[in-house]
Amino acid sequence: MNQWSNFSKGFFKENAVFTLLLGMCPTLGVTSSAIDGLGMGLATTFVLVMSNLVVAVIKDFIPDKVRIPSFIVVIATFVTIVEMTMQAYVPALFDSLGLFIPLIVVNCLVLGRAEAFASKNKLGASVIDGLGMGLGFAMALTILGSVRELLGSGKLFGTIIYPENYGMLVFVLAPGAFIALGYLIAFINQVKKEA
Amino acid sequence: MEYVLIVISAIFVNNIVLSQFLGICPFLGVSKKISTGIGMTGAVTFVMVIATIVTFFLQKAVLEPFGVGYLQTISFILVIASLVQLVEIILKKVSPPLYQALGVFLPLITTNCAILGVAIMTIQKDFNIVESVVFAAANAIGFGLALITFAGIREQLDLMDIPKGMKGTPIALVVAGLLALAFMGFAGIV
Amino acid sequence: MAKTESTLKNMVLTLLVITGIAGTSLGFMYELTKGPIAAAKAAKQQAAIKEVVPGFDNNPGDEMYELTSKEGFALKVFPAKKGDELMGVAIESMTNKGFGGNIKIMVGLKPDGTLINYQVLEHKETPGLGTKMDDWFKADKGQQNILGKHPKTNNLTITKDGGEVDAITAATISSRAFLDAVRVAYETYSENQSSPKADNNTSVEEGGTE
Repeated sequence: MNQWSNFSKGFFKENAVFTLLLGMCPTLGVTSSAIDGLGMGLATTFVLVMSNLVVAVIKDFIPDKVRIPSFIVVIATFVTIVEMTMQAYVPALFDSLGLFIPLIVVNCLVLGRAEAFASKNKLGASVIDGLGMGLGFAMALTILGSVRELLGSGKLFGTIIYPENYGMLVFVLAPGAFIALGYLIAFINQVKKEA
Repeated sequence: MEYVLIVISAIFVNNIVLSQFLGICPFLGVSKKISTGIGMTGAVTFVMVIATIVTFFLQKAVLEPFGVGYLQTISFILVIASLVQLVEIILKKVSPPLYQALGVFLPLITTNCAILGVAIMTIQKDFNIVESVVFAAANAIGFGLALITFAGIREQLDLMDIPKGMKGTPIALVVAGLLALAFMGFAGIV
Repeated sequence: MAKTESTLKNMVLTLLVITGIAGTSLGFMYELTKGPIAAAKAAKQQAAIKEVVPGFDNNPGDEMYELTSKEGFALKVFPAKKGDELMGVAIESMTNKGFGGNIKIMVGLKPDGTLINYQVLEHKETPGLGTKMDDWFKADKGQQNILGKHPKTNNLTITKDGGEVDAITAATISSRAFLDAVRVAYETYSENQSSPKADNNTSVEEGGTE
């Protein structure tokens, strides 16, 4: 597999959200606006790249049986770093993402990539894989966030597109998250079949 | 009265799956059959209550006195991961039938964000130990209620004629959305 | 390179080393971000105070004191002064009557109790409905505006309850709760006014009112 396809698979062919259905909790939980989705996606990308990097470096030193706990420690460390950094420099985003920042630890996507890719591949490939998967995840969250924000409150990244009174409130609320994602996946399935 | 409020709020109003978005992976993953849904609920209830008790004491006895609150995420997830393994080993020895029923679900639980989520929420809400246990148990019931209801609907869905593109996950998500809409009717009762 | 074998010694050693490194690096990061985190929190508080009682030149955070309301909430009071003159107080008030739980607001009161401005700090109300309280009670439309009113002379409850404030459309409970938080701030402040905390301004009378 060349580097480009290794990078780009995360966006479409093996997109975490639309195809693999990994990391669904933050996908649904923090996408009531495009900016929150993007923030969450980038935070996850950082954790994914760093943990892939470290796992690729230390994989040979780790006895097989304690592999998973070791990976979890590595991931949790980077999650806490992200948590503290965001609290210090982007407090508003930190407040709106709330509980979902520490929960990046249990995002199946992160552990999944560490276990399925980084523990078997070289350093460079692992970093590119993490970057591709992470940005693909961020893209999916931003798309879902944009759709919900636009339909629900008539805005896009906080800019008013049409008056809020005409928005369909339900899309900002919990049920809208499920329904919007359902139709997005159906749409992508359809596109894929034709491609 | 306090406890009643916690229970009703956790099961209906702020349902952990349908309004807090925690534990979505198992909610979508093991909801194809009612029987597996019940098994998963059992395993989650078991681990969630124990994990909440353990992390509660960890927070109060270790993290807070030593001023290392920033190690919360890392220590909680480690405790939960080892706890799941421990429960698995003990169940295998002590109660083989129970292990038979719950065993396959246990490894999946480490990455169930509902467990870690509830453990952290308990600390954030400043509950005492009894409230924490009640809260954890109620959340597990809420999880079970959503999961089993959803599984029931999905069993019926298999028999339906669904447009091609909507088959599988998309229709399941839309159904979950409608379920969440129904649960919104409970809002404001506490 | 050969994989390290899974002997007990190796496993314990690896885990110890990894958690050791993780713990140390986190401790380091914590020290590094401690300052900025505290600064960000203080800046947020300061910005809220500035919004609700403009024009002070002291540091209200330094002179903060706590009052306990009838309901048992601990309210933080930030006196805003210009020179020695008390411009007003910013009160961090709350209520538990919200639709989705607690609502925390910052209320700015003149020394005589007139409402200057407010800011919603924390809430869990329904997005798109209850969340409108951020601006609703500041807008000059119908009887929405509560700024410049006095909780004693104006009946600051919603019209449905016989008051003179228009509730947010489709969010009566949130509106009620919000106004309740304002009431808590005012009552707690005025009840504690008998102490000569604000004796160098015009509203000494306030202390005597029940």
